[in-house]
Formats: sequence, C-alpha cells, structure tokens
Amino acid sequence: MNKPLRRIAIFCGLLILALLVRTNWLQFVEAEELNTHDRNRRVLIERYASERGNIIVDGKPITGSAKTDDTDFAFKRTYVNGPMWAPVTGYASQAFGANQIENLEDGILTGNSDQLFFDRTMGMFTGDKKKGGNVVTTLSGAAQQAAFKGLGSKKGAVAAIEPKTGKILALASTPSYDPSSFAGYGASDEKMWNALEKDKDKPKLNRALREVYPPGSTFKVVTAAAALEHGVVKDIDADTDTPEPWKIPLSTQPMKNHASGCENASLNQAMKVSCNSVFAKLGDEVSRDKMVETAGKFGFNTEQFIPVRTSVAAYDKTMDRGGNALSSIGQYNTTATPLQMAMVTAAIANDGKLMKPYMIDQLEAPNLDVIEKTEPQEMSRPVSQENAQLLQKMMENVVDNGTGGNAKISGVKVGGKTGTAENGFNNKGTPYAWFISYAKTGDGSPVAVAVVVEDSEARGGDISGGGLAAPIAKAVMKAVLDKK
Amino acid sequence: MSVVTNTTTIGAIDAPSRRNTELMLLGFAVAVPVLAYINVGLALDGKLPTGVLGYGLGLGLLAAVAHLVVRKFAKYADPLLLPLAVLLNGLGLVMIWRLDQSPRLIQRAERAFGAFTPDAPKQMLYSAIGIALFVGVLLLLKDHRILQRYTYISMALALILLMLPMFFPARNGAKIWISLGPINIQPGEFAKIIIAIFFSGYLMVKRDALALASRRVMGLYLPRGRDLGPILVVWAMSILILVFETDLGTSLLFFGLFVIMLYVATERTSWIVFGLLMSAAGAVGVATFERHVQQRVDFWLNPFADETWAQSEQIGQALMSFGAGGTLGTGLGQGNSDLIMFAANSDFILSSFGEELGLAGMMAFLMIYGLIVERGVRTALAARDPFGKLLAIGLSGAFAIQVFVVAGGVMGLIPLTGMTMPFVAAGGSSVIANWALIAILIRISDTARRPAPAPAPSPDAEMTQVVRP
Repeated sequence: MNKPLRRIAIFCGLLILALLVRTNWLQFVEAEELNTHDRNRRVLIERYASERGNIIVDGKPITGSAKTDDTDFAFKRTYVNGPMWAPVTGYASQAFGANQIENLEDGILTGNSDQLFFDRTMGMFTGDKKKGGNVVTTLSGAAQQAAFKGLGSKKGAVAAIEPKTGKILALASTPSYDPSSFAGYGASDEKMWNALEKDKDKPKLNRALREVYPPGSTFKVVTAAAALEHGVVKDIDADTDTPEPWKIPLSTQPMKNHASGCENASLNQAMKVSCNSVFAKLGDEVSRDKMVETAGKFGFNTEQFIPVRTSVAAYDKTMDRGGNALSSIGQYNTTATPLQMAMVTAAIANDGKLMKPYMIDQLEAPNLDVIEKTEPQEMSRPVSQENAQLLQKMMENVVDNGTGGNAKISGVKVGGKTGTAENGFNNKGTPYAWFISYAKTGDGSPVAVAVVVEDSEARGGDISGGGLAAPIAKAVMKAVLDKK
Repeated sequence: MSVVTNTTTIGAIDAPSRRNTELMLLGFAVAVPVLAYINVGLALDGKLPTGVLGYGLGLGLLAAVAHLVVRKFAKYADPLLLPLAVLLNGLGLVMIWRLDQSPRLIQRAERAFGAFTPDAPKQMLYSAIGIALFVGVLLLLKDHRILQRYTYISMALALILLMLPMFFPARNGAKIWISLGPINIQPGEFAKIIIAIFFSGYLMVKRDALALASRRVMGLYLPRGRDLGPILVVWAMSILILVFETDLGTSLLFFGLFVIMLYVATERTSWIVFGLLMSAAGAVGVATFERHVQQRVDFWLNPFADETWAQSEQIGQALMSFGAGGTLGTGLGQGNSDLIMFAANSDFILSSFGEELGLAGMMAFLMIYGLIVERGVRTALAARDPFGKLLAIGLSGAFAIQVFVVAGGVMGLIPLTGMTMPFVAAGGSSVIANWALIAILIRISDTARRPAPAPAPSPDAEMTQVVRP
C-alpha cells in the first residue's frame, strides 16, 4: 500500500507548492500592481495616515492638517484662505483624490517619498512620528492677494512671474472654490463636490494654467517681436506702408481697425493705439512659419510644467495666409493661457531671455532640511537684447501715452499692452479683456503680469482691456514693488 | 525484564520516544505566538499588552497538558504534530486578537449588530475545548483500530451531519451551519473525520474486490458495475451538498478524500481517472444551473470588475492585502487587512497574515501546513495495519485539500469556497475538529512507532541457556 501513499504524498506536496508559487506571484511579482490599484484604499489611507506636510508661501503655511476621529483617515486637509490659493495648491480630498501640487508632491507631503527615506529611517530610531515634508512655493502672498481681490466677483485669471528667475508670484483664478469644503468623504463633501462639478462657471477650472483664451491684441507684442527678429521691421518709428483699409489675403474682407490713425502708422504708433491692420500685415510679411518659430520660442505650442501641467497655448502651424494674418492679431486659431502671456511679457522685460516658469522653490524634509531646490533655468531667447529693448520702449509708450494708461505707477517704468479678444461663433460669445504688463526699476524688472477678465461689457476696442484688466495688473505690480 | 533473560532478537532495543524533542519544540511553539502577541500590543498601543501574561500562561498550559498526556498515553507519537498545531493555534489567536482591536471592524459590527463582541476570548475557549477533546481522544482511544468497529455507525453519523444543515437557514449564502440557540456548529468539519473513519473501514474490507475484480479496457482497469455503487453514492452525496447547501468546499473535500483513499486502498490508477472525470462532470453540471457556483467563478475570474465589486469586495480586498504585505510584510498590527471587513478573522484570516507577515511569513505558514501533512503521510507509511494507513492518509489528505481549497481561494488561485483555515481561523467547530484530527494522527503514529512488545519470557527459557564452558 506504500506506493500509492508515496504518490499521494507527492500530490499533497504539489498542492502546497502551488500555494507557495501563488503567494510569491501575489506578493512579489504582482505586489506593485496591486498596491497602486484604483480600488486600493490603502493609497488614500496612507495619504492621510500621518500629519500631512504643508504648502508654504512667504514662510507661512497656506494649508493645514486636522486630526479626525475617523477609522480610516487619521488626518484631514485644511486650507488657509482656500479659494484664493486653490489655483496654487489644488485639492487633497479623501473621497475625490488630489490634483496639482497636492498630487504632484504627494510623496513629500505624506513623507513617503524616497527622498525622505533617510528621515524615515532616523525616525524609526528616534521614535518620532512620521510626518510629511513641506513644499515651499515661489508665490508672493501680497501679489496673490492683489490679484484675487482685483478679480473680485469677475470671471478671470491672473498670472505673475518674476522675469529674472521665472518664479511665479501670483496665480489667481475666479470664480474659485474652497478645497476644504470637500476634503473629507462625508455626505456634505459629496454634495459640495457635485455642486462644483455641475456649476456652469466651472469654479474648479484653473483658468491661469488650464484655460486657453484668444489673446487678442496682447499677441501683437509677439508679432512685433517676430517682425523685428526676422528683419521685417528695422526701425520702429518708420512707416509701415499699410493702406487703410488693408485687405486680408485670400479674402475680400478688409481688416477692421477700432483705432484711428493706422494708415501707414509706424510700429511704435500701431502698438500705441493697437492697429489691427498694421499687425495683420506684418504677420503676413513675416510669414506663417517664422511666426510659428517666434511664438514657439515664447512657449507656444508646448505644454509647460511648472511643475503643474498647463494647457497648450497654440499658434496654428498649418493655416493659410489669411488665417495667419488674423492669427497675428491674436484672433482666429491663436489661443493662450494667462501664464503664457505672462511668459511673453517676462521674456521682453528680461531683455529677451525667457526663464522657465516655476512655482516650487524648494522641498523640505519634516525637520526643515532642504531636500531639493529649484534653480532658475533659461528656457529660450525669443528676441535679442536690442529688440527686447525696442519692444520695451513701445510697451512703455502704450502705458505712458496709449491705451494702457490705467497701469501707470509713479516712479516706476511700466510697459504694457491691452487687448480685447472676440470669442465664439460670429463673435457672439463673451469677449475677453486682456492686459499684460511689466514694471521696471533700476535693477531690472521684478514682475511681469498677465490678466484676463471674461466680461460681457468688454466690447469696442481696447478700452475694456485697459479699463477692466489694467487696474488689476497695476495692483499686482504694486504689491510686488512695495515688498521690495 | 532483566538483561540476562532477554534472549529475543526483535524489538529489544527501546526506540527513542522523542518526547523531549517535542517538549523543546513546544517551547518554541508557545514562545513565538507570545512574542507575536507582544509585537501586536506594541504596534497598536505602544506598550506591553496587559493580557500577555494571561495569554502566555493559557497557551502554555494548554500545550503542557497536551504534552503530558502524549508523554503518558502516546509515548512514541510523532514529535512534530503537536508543536506545529500549537504554533498555528497560538498565531491564530494572536491574529484574531489583533483584528478584535481594529476600529474598522468594531465600527462595522456596531453598525450591523448594534454591539461588538471580541472573538479572541471565545477562540481561547474553543482552543481549550479542542485540547480537551485531544486529551479525551488519546485517553479513550487506546488503539485506533477500535474505530474500525464503528464503520457503519460512522457512515450514518456522517450522513446525518452532512444532511442536517439543509434544514437550517443559510448564513451568508452557504448552508453549512446547524444553529442550536446561541451555538452554531459547522458539522462539515466533524464529518470530515468521521467520514474518513467510515471510508477506511469500508475500503479495508472491500479493497480486494475493488482492486482485483475489474476488466481491462484500453490499458485501464475498469471496476465492475456492482463495485461502482458506493463510489456513485459518495459522488451523488457531494453533488447534493453542492446543490442544496451551496457548499463548494465541503463537496470538493469529500470527493477528493474519497478518491485519494480509494486509490490508496486499491492501488488502481483507474480510480483516479474515474474520480477526476466524475468530479469534473459534477462540477460543470452543477455550475451550469447553480447560480451561486457561477457567481463564485465570476468573482474569481474578475475580482476587480464593477459587478463583482458591487456585490463582494472580499476577494479583491484579499488580493490587495497580500500585495500590501510584499516581501516582508507591514509588521503585525500595522496592516490594513481589516478592509476585507466581513469574515476578516475567519475565512480570510490568511490574508491578514499575508499583509502583516509578508511573503516570508506566508511561506513559513504554508510550510507549517505542509509539514503537518508530511507528518501525517509519514504516519500512514509507518502504520502497520491497513486501517491505520488508510485513516492516516485520509485525514492528512483531507487536511491538505482543505488547506489548498481555503488558501487557494483566498489567494485567488481557485474560486473561493466557504471553508476555514485549520487552527488559525476564528470559529469553534474548525479548531475543535482539527484538534481531534491531530489526536487521531498522534494515536496512529504512536501505534506505528511503538516497539513490538517483547514476548513473555518462555518457561523453556532456562533450557536453552548457553552452557558456558
């Protein structure tokens, strides 16, 4: 009877072996996949298991972490002045996940990042409770405050950059939302979330980074830069031979001017009063591909990572001559995010050198040791120094004598450009009032800003850009200047 | 007897009893769970748990009683079986106690039943009853061959035990319970042992008929029609359990047990082929119309699908639990295996071990189960009588199949069935029945290794003394 017994022994051995193989498969081969599975609540539990690190502006946290008596999540995210900072922080919700910095730097904030391995190991010996590290941003509380207050109840966005470094100083978007309102996973959180999702004004949309608007006349500075860089215009005060009316190529339509005095206007003059005909003609003369090249150097047609991803600002690479002419004045297929227009302004204010925009200055361990610091980085040189200074001269002329008068700040040189973009089918949609500007002191430019306001009253010329958006830009610039 | 009078040639040398080996191993088997208990307390509260003395003394006492009884009444028994069982039982208690302190499970119980009652004290009581039964078996069953007398009574008893749950309401989708007031018994666990006794007795008598009277067809020995009767009855019974009690595990266990024992008794491979064909036919047949079985298969194939998740998260949660454990585990008390919620400390307790002890712990666990089976098979090999051989292989085979079916189900290797991991899972029937199983194996191994009694000194001994020159 022993022979079959031995065979049964082998059979039983095989059963155990199958289990051993299976457990290796599950816990070694598939472990990573299971640990990151969408259904795995451990990811969330881990995220809220210990006190979450903070996002810091001007040395003060704009986030917090509150102890809860929940069985799953020990802590809950709180926000200081949530609606104002939401475009910077994003949200971290127990029920609805996280986005922006809260998501991108989750490893640091939870303390699970490999960069914090040493701290965790030390904590095991010292018995310290695990804590998240901090994310120190480049933002300026005063500038953000000015931007958010300036936008007020209007729909719009502001992006401000320090031209020398690319540091983002302000990033506001209205209407906004309070990320604290759905940080948990209870019924009220769900109600709040659903209400925000359904809201027609899209409060959760980060308009400064993720909404693309036609940039309208503010794009004319890019066209002017292209005309100078590619030698189409050599003297900004020379006549441009523009007839009035000027016909759009491949079309019988004349290019409408809202301003007067555009016939044969010089580039400087055309910038001052914002002549559509002059810039459309210049864009046509520069040609589509060269326009694409210059716009590309300013950051168009690529996503930016600051490190939050932005939407792509577009300058169409395949359109016909007529389209190119219209696009040169910031209409037709041209779109831009407020951040993109701030980058254009910053590049010009920084004498032609575009710095890569970033909003995370440094990452700190829980004991405040710096783990990683972002160094300013040159992104491209869209225009030469001379041409940049010519552009500055023209933009300063806009503020001193032209449509941008509302942005004047006494004692400081301010350059700007207004814009009103038409929108929608037959231009029936809400128009956008734009203003881009920079301020300049003795030692370079400390701030470049782009403001967009979605406003139904913004019709008829560039007055609205100057009227609605310029005061906000001015307040932001002043906030930065006053801190210096 | 004196050395001088010992003139026999066999069985003279006293085989080592190995009781001291057992005692030493028992020391480890008690120490390891006590350390685990302390570990859980430190991880959960940051201080030495207050119950550690009670727990250590309780487990130690149970182990000591069992050991002393074995030392006295089964001197030559296998030295590994008892320590392995104590180790599993002890670790099971630790894990149940750990899950008793899970806020998630407490909250769930309070929401569902209004109050939460910890399972660990109950399990300690069941373990004590289990050890008592173990002691009882060793005291009363002086020789396992006595069981042979109860072959047909066993059959009747097993049938009754298996049929009874049909008349009780289903609990959690499976009719495997007898509810008598506050006491719930899972008769399948006991039936496993009783039916092994019946098969052993029956097959020992019929093995020659089943083995020899067969026709050879295409290289296989096919049994005669009339010999097919009993196997068909067992098969039908398994199918009935599956259909009426919707209990896949028990059904699989009994049929597997029968095929193994039939094969060992007759040494005919044809029975295995026959058995596999019949179980395949039965399983496929039932699965085509039994929704419960189909559902189990669906859950197994798509553990993370939306439809599965809406009905039962268990398998998916268990798989993620194992994944979360990784190679070395999160450490006792530090995992989130309680996310499984329902049956976290019974059917799914293995995933808690998987998460908190990791791959390393799981391998050790499975090896412990493997060792118990191996000692059982070794006992079968060593047994001197066919009944003992059959019973030992039947019990260890059933044990192996149960471990495979439960662990395989929890780990997503095969569809999940409602059975419990021997010794570690919370539940009285399981732990008590398995202690009885170990007791019987110990009794058989004792009989197998016991040296043959020396023949009584013959009155003629004087006559054959060597005459010294």
